[in-house]
Amino acid sequence: MTFQHYRQEVLALTMRWVRRLSREKFSMLFTLVQPMLFWLIFFGSLFQHAANIQVLQAPNYMSFLAGGVVVMTVLNNGLAGGVDLLFDKENGFLERMMSTPIHRSSVILSRYLFVMAITGMQILVILSIAFVFGVRLETGLPGIAVILVIGMLFGVGLTAISMALAFSVKSHGDFFSMLGFLSLPMIFLSSALVPLSAMPGWMQVVAMVNPMTWVIDAVRPLIITGWDAAIPQVGMAFVILAIFDAVCLYGGAKAFRRAIG
Amino acid sequence: MMDPAVVIDVARLGKTFGPVTAVEDLSFTVHAGEIFGLLGPNGAGKSTALRMLITVLPPSTGTATVLGHDIVREADTVRSLIGYVPQERAVDRFLTGREHLELLGGLYHLSRTETNARIDELLKLVNLEEHADRVAKTYSGGMKRKLDIACGLLPNPKIVFLDEPTLGLDVQSRLKIWDYIRQLRENGITIVMTTNYLEEADQLCDRLAIIDGGTIRVIGSPLELKTGLGGDSLSVTIKEHEADTLPRLREGVMALPLVRDVRLNPTGLDILVESPEKSLPAVIEVAQRLDCSLDGIEYHRPRLDDVFIAHTGHGLRGGTPDATEEE
Ligand SMILES: Nc1ncnc2c1ncn2[C@@H]1O[C@H](COP(=O)(O)OP(=O)(O)O)[C@@H](O)[C@H]1O
Ligand SMILES: [Mg+2]
Repeated sequence: MTFQHYRQEVLALTMRWVRRLSREKFSMLFTLVQPMLFWLIFFGSLFQHAANIQVLQAPNYMSFLAGGVVVMTVLNNGLAGGVDLLFDKENGFLERMMSTPIHRSSVILSRYLFVMAITGMQILVILSIAFVFGVRLETGLPGIAVILVIGMLFGVGLTAISMALAFSVKSHGDFFSMLGFLSLPMIFLSSALVPLSAMPGWMQVVAMVNPMTWVIDAVRPLIITGWDAAIPQVGMAFVILAIFDAVCLYGGAKAFRRAIG
Repeated sequence: MMDPAVVIDVARLGKTFGPVTAVEDLSFTVHAGEIFGLLGPNGAGKSTALRMLITVLPPSTGTATVLGHDIVREADTVRSLIGYVPQERAVDRFLTGREHLELLGGLYHLSRTETNARIDELLKLVNLEEHADRVAKTYSGGMKRKLDIACGLLPNPKIVFLDEPTLGLDVQSRLKIWDYIRQLRENGITIVMTTNYLEEADQLCDRLAIIDGGTIRVIGSPLELKTGLGGDSLSVTIKEHEADTLPRLREGVMALPLVRDVRLNPTGLDILVESPEKSLPAVIEVAQRLDCSLDGIEYHRPRLDDVFIAHTGHGLRGGTPDATEEE
């Protein structure tokens, strides 16, 4: 096992994910358009009626929502990150890969590289569209870099959850119902769509233990308030994400070992 | 005579999944350059046995070596020396045939030029040259299988493991794949394959292990297994009103050189012979000489079906079309 070999494996495997995406025209379109879809839905319905600038503490609902949409995109990509491995497991492709002299982690790493690259691109698409609609990042380009880092850190744990599920479930029906079970509460019981202060008390409590809330609360001030307000939140998010990722990676590694041996 | 080189040595290998014992106490050796078959019905444990040997499934008990390397402690070395063709059509619908092979080139750490040379060779071998740049979802079942085989051969392995290589294929594709497998043996590659087709085991395998309920019932070449059942036999029936001539005929037949044993039955004789071709005329001659008029005579050569039933107590499958034809 040399570094040369490892790089060759990971590159070949990552190339496969890229090729697959480029072949699935519909899926590729959806991958790029998906974040915009959120925009249109919320822009159309919520922005005009529900938005109370006072409650949001943002110049408008669009700029309030931008942070939530960024993090929701990370959530969706991360939780879907294991789907391809699930299919590989079910149709025997994973076994074929595992019968070759690759380091067992190469498949996982290749998946991470791919998911992270897609997520990063989507974040940039969302922020660009927000820009077109007049949302100006208070923290500018360095703010974008920090948002990308936070997004990646959150994505690491989420993708680990998804892969752990993919390796553990008996059928892919189970996988998708588990995902639904996870993702909707993570979105609605967080500050993605409304600020915590606008929630009933019990909901605030649940939202506080949702890592999604902490991530959004770090991304949002980077967009609408500026560095002074953002720095403590970003620091807090790093701490929460370090714990979150450690737990998820530990669980993911265990599930992977159990499945691969 | 020197023993052929042992390339795979399996000792008391077993695998349990929770309460299910998939295989138990497997022991066998595979010799260099042979086609070794695991023959058994669905659920017999063939794939599980193969998966342990190709190192993707850790055994629960026992050990095995492949080319002298332990399948657990030296798994990585084993992986670099073998090729694997899984039971499922493990193809990626969105990749072309060539991209599959390129991917595997990367996973086996071949250089680009090595990979490309190998790809050209293999596409020619399995006749996929014209379809190499189409995505696999447009392939027929037979083409996917050919691609599978090409993938298994990409690393230029010393040993290839094929799991039910012709399962569900039409007759023509099946014959084609038998051809490839024989070609591989001619090139000095050792082949370990599983099958639940008797005909395939009979025609293709140099040696085979009959596996049922997770254990090996018997091992040998198809011929050895068939002769193990007593070999060829002749059944003679004589006209009813001449039953009193039977003891006489029995004496006469017993004296023939190619006859090993003769048993009396109510309507005639069962004669175990070395070679039915030679003993048939001799038996008829004896009958004529002793003035017994025969009602009928048929010869029976045990088939692999009989071997299977004798060792497992049941047929491989109820009356399937692939049962070998009557002789
Ligand atoms: N991953 C697994 N988990 C639980 N049981 C399994 C697993 N793989 C195989 N088995 C069981 O082990 C037995 C042998 O299966 P298998 O090796 O696939 O048989 P074959 O390949 O001969 O059809 C079957 O009873 C099967 O249900
Ligand atoms: Mg099988």
